Amino acid sequence: MFLAWERLCTLSCRPKFLKTVWASKILGLSTSAGEDSNPGWGTKIPPATQHGKKMSLRFKNAKRIEGLDSNIWIEFTKLAADPSVVNLGQGLPDISPPVYVKEELSKIAAIDNLNQYTRGFGHPSLVKALSCLYEKFYHNKINPNEEILVTVGAYGSLFNAIQGLIDEGDEVIVIVPFFDCYESMVRMAGATPVFVPLRCKPVDGKKCSSSDWTLDPQELASKFNSKTKAIILNTPHNPLGKVYTKEELQVIADLCIKYDTLCISDEVYEWLVYTGNKHFKIATFPGMWERTITIGSAGKTFSVTGWKLGWSIGPKHLIKHLQTVQQNTVYTCATPLQEALAQAFWIDIKRMDDPECYFNSLPKELEVKRDRMVHLLESVGLKSIVPDGGYFIIADVSMLDVDLLDMKDSNEPYDYKFVKWMIKNKKLSAIPVSAFCNAETKSQFEKFVRFCFIKKDSTLDAAEEIIKAWSRQNS
Amino acid sequence: MFRNTTAICLHLVGPLRGKKSGASLTRCLHQTLTMAKRLQARRLDGIDHNPWVEFVQLASEEADVVNLGQGFPDFSPPEFAVEAFQHAVSGDFMLNQYTKAFGYPPLTKILASFFGKLLGQEIDPLKNVLVTVGAYGALFTAFQALVDEGDEVIIIEPFFDCYEPMTLMAGGRPVFVSLKPSPTQKGEPDSSSNWQLDPTELASKFTSRTKAFILNTPNNPLGKVFSKEELELVASLCQQHDVVCISDEVYQWMVFDGFQHISIASLPGMWERTLTIGSAGKTFSVTGWKVGWVLGPDSLMKHLRTVHQNSVYHCATQGQAAVAQSFEREQLHFGRPSSYFVQLPQYIQRCRDHMIQSLQSMGFRPVTPQGSYFLITDISDFKNKMPDLPGAADEPYDRRFVKWMIKNKGLVAIPMSIFFSLPHQKFFDHYIRFCFVKDESTLRAMDQKLQKWKAELTP
Repeated sequence: MFLAWERLCTLSCRPKFLKTVWASKILGLSTSAGEDSNPGWGTKIPPATQHGKKMSLRFKNAKRIEGLDSNIWIEFTKLAADPSVVNLGQGLPDISPPVYVKEELSKIAAIDNLNQYTRGFGHPSLVKALSCLYEKFYHNKINPNEEILVTVGAYGSLFNAIQGLIDEGDEVIVIVPFFDCYESMVRMAGATPVFVPLRCKPVDGKKCSSSDWTLDPQELASKFNSKTKAIILNTPHNPLGKVYTKEELQVIADLCIKYDTLCISDEVYEWLVYTGNKHFKIATFPGMWERTITIGSAGKTFSVTGWKLGWSIGPKHLIKHLQTVQQNTVYTCATPLQEALAQAFWIDIKRMDDPECYFNSLPKELEVKRDRMVHLLESVGLKSIVPDGGYFIIADVSMLDVDLLDMKDSNEPYDYKFVKWMIKNKKLSAIPVSAFCNAETKSQFEKFVRFCFIKKDSTLDAAEEIIKAWSRQNS
Repeated sequence: MFRNTTAICLHLVGPLRGKKSGASLTRCLHQTLTMAKRLQARRLDGIDHNPWVEFVQLASEEADVVNLGQGFPDFSPPEFAVEAFQHAVSGDFMLNQYTKAFGYPPLTKILASFFGKLLGQEIDPLKNVLVTVGAYGALFTAFQALVDEGDEVIIIEPFFDCYEPMTLMAGGRPVFVSLKPSPTQKGEPDSSSNWQLDPTELASKFTSRTKAFILNTPNNPLGKVFSKEELELVASLCQQHDVVCISDEVYQWMVFDGFQHISIASLPGMWERTLTIGSAGKTFSVTGWKVGWVLGPDSLMKHLRTVHQNSVYHCATQGQAAVAQSFEREQLHFGRPSSYFVQLPQYIQRCRDHMIQSLQSMGFRPVTPQGSYFLITDISDFKNKMPDLPGAADEPYDRRFVKWMIKNKGLVAIPMSIFFSLPHQKFFDHYIRFCFVKDESTLRAMDQKLQKWKAELTP
């Protein structure tokens, strides 16, 4: 009905008045009273300027977003949205957050003054909690007001860091595979991503692990030059699950210092590190604090991805630029969620050595799930790369030699087609790893798909059933 | 190669590095060094200073002040909104996880149906609605999506201060056009409806480079509610010059004295070139939830979605769920006396009238706002009596007055000059802005401060 009016209105002048009246009739409100009359404003609008004007080319997007419109998640979450599909795709826990986290938020929802604006750069009790927690790792006081910024998820921290510190013409080193937004955010800032892949050097006889994937130090060094503004580091790594060793980080640190480069260290999975591995913060390495922004995530720390709270920690002279971006983008983050997060942190900060502390209990819980996934994938002939951290596992699907001829769009990389086939035919979803690659390296990774295992047992049971049936089919 | 002392230090301690260095070296190098390269991106040039940071801090530092500065209610949100949030955080635990990137489906659905009726427009929840981190986030997303280097953006003064830096950050060039008060009859109070744009001047601001026009109605800080005729002129100019209209309508329910808020997107030919921005914070008195939205045609919205997916990607789920439930409640009560959109402006109008009376009795000359959370008041008399207040040499009088008033009279307001472009600030430095969306007790506390002040004035 409204569309018809719309079309009518573009054809002639008269319906304009009728349309306004129609709208007010719907409201049941009378037309306004007490309006000022100023002779200038009574002037009739010249008909030539009205209606019928075609949509303009000038409504084109700003150049900064040219080519950035497609997004893997939009596409694959839609496909996996079918409730009959067992979703091991998007990195979203279907387990409940810890009880005390939910309880804190419930309590806070009843507190009146937490429904209004809080401090733009971070709710005071939250930045204080973050400062208290992270001081333990940085062996130094962290100024909660000047060296911490609370953002809309770690995603928001990445955005603030890149918008604040990366300029047009800068180069930014991105390690492949990479969380897909690194490339698009760098491009949106007008800078050039320079890619360097992790390469696999498996040891014969040993199970393939994420630690087998390393950077070639010479190859890495060759990517640095005077235009290199920053390198983006992600440890533990998505999608591989690699936890960079001290030595590997030292190589990166040395290069950052040599080339006077910044380091944006995405450490959202910092607590999810499995037996035999340790998470190192590159910002604690000599010469690195002053050039590193370290990013964390409430979503990944407390299994509350929907809270969309993250933080950046770094020296004042860098954080202040992220704060400038903040005051010109979202200004402040949600108050009640920040307060609840602060309370949750205080609970766990007090018991960091306790197995009950979520920072200890979650990785224990996930390690079991990880091992289950490895075993499961093996049973159907999928060779997986055992992750040392994070909550994803990637598997080589090429050996299954699945007939994908019925998948249209043969321009897509193998793993895209495989995942779509698997969603359709096996009702199991994953994410193609080439989505985490730039155009040139997609072929190196297109035989891998990524499974998320921060899922409740019943989800993994359902995945197990599918995989077992699949393997029976194959044998 | 050694462009800074970090590198020099490392060179000297090189041999030690094989050992577990960690803490002590870090401490010695901590925060004492800067990079040789320029750090910040050029897009931050000129936008790093934010007046709010200064005034919000001052207000928090002084004890026993009555805060009528920043625009947030100090009374409770409506019960149904609080309940909605409580429901969102204690119900389905999956609401603790990511929702759809462009908006939690029940929220986009209700926004589409609610505003579809208001705008007289078929609104598709997927194509024509985007949920953002507050209306602030909506503004940012719109600027980034559409404003390019060299584009001109017309901003009406006085303006909500972020419009200018957001334009600059997008590489655009702000073009200002002022609302100006017509002279009032002696003794008659000034009203926001009296502040108007000169149609000829307005038309002259449009050039071939004009990309967008920012409209804010009801206006912050003035409280002006643009009339149908005024909007029609803006509309005709936007169409004539093929300009996008970004309409900030966060105070759309805060309208008094029988005036009516009109969304420019509902005018003929405007839906296809307008982005209409709204705020849950202002709608339901929950500024801390940071839920906002943009409504517009798909041809524009798709660009905002691109920015959104490359900036925050998702908005927090539970706040969105609570806003959806709150709108569902309002839809049932719409137009009735029980509607929050009826009750709130009635209450706020009483607050406004209370404040006006109190200020007038003190010798302030408030400008009666037709809408919004704010009123401005002329402080010329004070400027004449106390022209020399402490402050920087070129600091506009209103800023010095506000700082003095916070320190000495315990009242927080916001200087009006921050809502003007730099060259025009000096013409409006005799106004300050008060927020009256406050609890009765706050207004009574304001009265006490004013009475004390008045007593100090009389010899």
